[in-house]
Amino acid sequence: MNGNEAVKRIARNPLVWFARRILSGAAVVWAAATFAFLIQCLLPGDRAQIIINVRSGNVGSAAPAELASINAQYGFDQPLVVQYANYIWRMLHGDLGESYQQHRPVAGIIAEQIGPTIALALAALLMAWIIAILTTLLIAGRDNIWSKLLSGAQIFLATVPPYWLATILLVVFAVNLRIFPVVGENSPMGLVLPTLALALELSGFFGQVVLNEFTRVLEQPFVTSARARGMSDLGVRLHHVLRHAALPGITLSGWALGKLLSGAILIEVVFARQGLGGVLVAATSSRDVPIVSGAVLISAGLFVLVSLIVDLAYRMLDPRMELT
Amino acid sequence: MLQVHLKPVWQQADLLTVDSLSVSFGLDISAKTVVRNVSFSLRPGRCLAIVGESGSGKSVTARALIGLAGRHARVHARQLSFDGTDLIGLNDRGWQRVRGNGIGFVLQDALVSLDPLRRVGKEIGEGLRLHGAVSSRQELTQRVIALLKLVGIPEPEIKAQQMPHQLSGGQRQRALIAAALALDPHLLIADEPTTALDVTAQAQALALLEETKTRGKALILISHDLAVVSRVADEVLVMRQGEVVERGTAAQIFGDPRHSYTRQLLDAVPSRRPRGSRLSSSTIGEQTEPPPVQSPPTSRPIVLEATNLVKRFKGPDGTLRAAVDGVSFELRSGETLGIVGESGSGKSTVARMVLALEAPDEGAVQFEGRAWTTLAERERQPRRRSISIIYQDPLSSFDPRWTVGRILSDSLSSNVQTSRKRQERVLELLDLVGLSKTLLDRRPIELSGGQRQRVAIARAIAPNPAVIICDEPVSALDVSIQAQVLDLLGDLKRHLGMSYLFISHDLAVVRHISDRIIVMREGRIVDCGTTEEIFINPRSEYTRSLIAAMPRFVCDPEISRSSTIFERGVA
Repeated sequence: MNGNEAVKRIARNPLVWFARRILSGAAVVWAAATFAFLIQCLLPGDRAQIIINVRSGNVGSAAPAELASINAQYGFDQPLVVQYANYIWRMLHGDLGESYQQHRPVAGIIAEQIGPTIALALAALLMAWIIAILTTLLIAGRDNIWSKLLSGAQIFLATVPPYWLATILLVVFAVNLRIFPVVGENSPMGLVLPTLALALELSGFFGQVVLNEFTRVLEQPFVTSARARGMSDLGVRLHHVLRHAALPGITLSGWALGKLLSGAILIEVVFARQGLGGVLVAATSSRDVPIVSGAVLISAGLFVLVSLIVDLAYRMLDPRMELT
Repeated sequence: MLQVHLKPVWQQADLLTVDSLSVSFGLDISAKTVVRNVSFSLRPGRCLAIVGESGSGKSVTARALIGLAGRHARVHARQLSFDGTDLIGLNDRGWQRVRGNGIGFVLQDALVSLDPLRRVGKEIGEGLRLHGAVSSRQELTQRVIALLKLVGIPEPEIKAQQMPHQLSGGQRQRALIAAALALDPHLLIADEPTTALDVTAQAQALALLEETKTRGKALILISHDLAVVSRVADEVLVMRQGEVVERGTAAQIFGDPRHSYTRQLLDAVPSRRPRGSRLSSSTIGEQTEPPPVQSPPTSRPIVLEATNLVKRFKGPDGTLRAAVDGVSFELRSGETLGIVGESGSGKSTVARMVLALEAPDEGAVQFEGRAWTTLAERERQPRRRSISIIYQDPLSSFDPRWTVGRILSDSLSSNVQTSRKRQERVLELLDLVGLSKTLLDRRPIELSGGQRQRVAIARAIAPNPAVIICDEPVSALDVSIQAQVLDLLGDLKRHLGMSYLFISHDLAVVRHISDRIIVMREGRIVDCGTTEEIFINPRSEYTRSLIAAMPRFVCDPEISRSSTIFERGVA
């Protein structure tokens, strides 16, 4: 037997494929952790001085004794390699360090706030998909004024920045029409406007991707075959074309969720919602670095997880896929 | 089996009536009429064949009958009625009732006519589900399996659960026919149901269609291949450029064609003509009548020698399977060696090994008396231009953005250096393959199928190769274009003296062009010899069955009904 063939056969085993994906995901998270560590070390200014400033709220020079005690407390006096090893070791145990300002573990702070952010991002992803699919089902392969208008609207939405859209939506629906609450509220009604603000841009983008593929698949012989069996136009669109057209969009969903998470942070600030957004903005402006680098790490982990889910979903939709 | 009480033919009413059917595309001013004044009628139990080259409007005619001529098509007819239903002005719902239920339609191109993301069984059962013909999921499964059995697909329970890409081409075609037959429609329309199938699969598909006819169903068969049609058709319409140029009973059309175009189509069929004679009326270059066929040049030097080639691939179940198993042959200078086999017989793998695109697991190929497959790629590179290839689908072997001029210029060997010399050589090549120099600036997509294959041939001969591998070079072409391309290949060989390794599933084509033939099955050579030996005195049972399955003309309808030219059974 050819050695190469044997290797290929092992590579096609689903468990091996899964293990490989987990390993490469771990590598991504590790790289992000290293990056986050380097941010902490390489920022200009003495870290002990920053911590004292953050705590006292003043800008000034602390006494050497004070600095030495902080350096000893955080281990800043040890060689960089040791600091890095300690950092990774603590990270493996779920310890992302302690906030300079709040004196609490970063992991705890993020865990408290990440729920609403993820909920917002997922709701936006779902809504983007629903809008994209509904408009595509309506307009693909039709030559009328509506299809031109809606396709134009998709392109328009795909190019509009979400925070600008958020402001417009706020003014129209919350301030003028008073349909939805203006700020804050973590009720379902309070989720509608932020989700829309976040989802509309993506729905335009998804819409164009799905529409292109949909139009192409509509002309395929197997679609005509289904029509020749007596299937209605709607049936053809739902049962045959949609699945094909959704595939490239599914691939993009992993990337989109990463984009949505960062978008959600902005939107949360605009709508003054609870979530990672407020915490991060506060941490960045006060140079509370452990929170920022902790958030980087968590985002990387989420991104890896989502990519894995997307790949699994793709394989379920398209059984022709070889494990690669 | 259904019991059908057949009335004498003259007492039966027409099932389908088409009177002055015209189809045009586009807006009023720029409208292009692709079908003009086509009329015919069809009774149950009869088969009408519509034949013509691609672009003759035969497919559009058929698709107009189920209201699927195309999104921008305008269909006009004085009368268009099926089984008492007026098809003119039918609304969507009305069409949906007719499609699948009254008229079954087998689309052209079986390989892409099944949804690649759905299981075969689901696709076949779709019509049953849509028209409410089954009451439970269980009944649906049973009906689907019964249909797969009906069309002769082995292991129907397993195949129903598989995806289309796991089925062979012949099985996909039969699955498609099964889907069209699901509701037992009174009329079955089959568009090119045998193109792209090898002979045994072709014979099975035809036998299936013929059986449908004997069950009292009406059949419309669309094909460019007259030999295929002659077996099943009762009446024939010959179409050209959207119009019917000749119509008549099968016996009339095949026995005593009136129109010159019909005669041209008939002459183009390789199996009707003496081996090596010209198939097309067009002449290329200064060619006149070809010299008589020479006996195989056994005294000439060997250019290519394959010894005991073995290549193994992993099968779907994970085990290694020998795609090519101990194949040896030699190719002499100026000789054409035909390799025949069904799809999956390993003939294309042999071609890839001869081209050194695939390394053999065992054995070796020697080229011009020197090592070839055992060399490192760097040493092989300078001699690569001495072996050319012509593919079945030229379109996908060209860079779509390149013009014909650039494609040909790129293929010239590097010792043609000045741009003027290159230009001259490109024009010379175009002339050799009978193309006008006005095509220089065209891109492949703007050429017809025949023109594309001529460009592919010009590209293959450009570096003056010693050997050209022709991998199914004419199987994607209409019979009349196929005839021209085969003539061209013959002319070029006499002119330039290279050798051909000619790979095809089509026995008639291989017989026409080859000096010697190898018959391959499941990776092994089962028969070899001169073309006369193979056809007059085949040594293996398999070769005999291949020859028996060859579509050939049956001019007398009485003979056609009683004889069993097509054997069924081989999956």
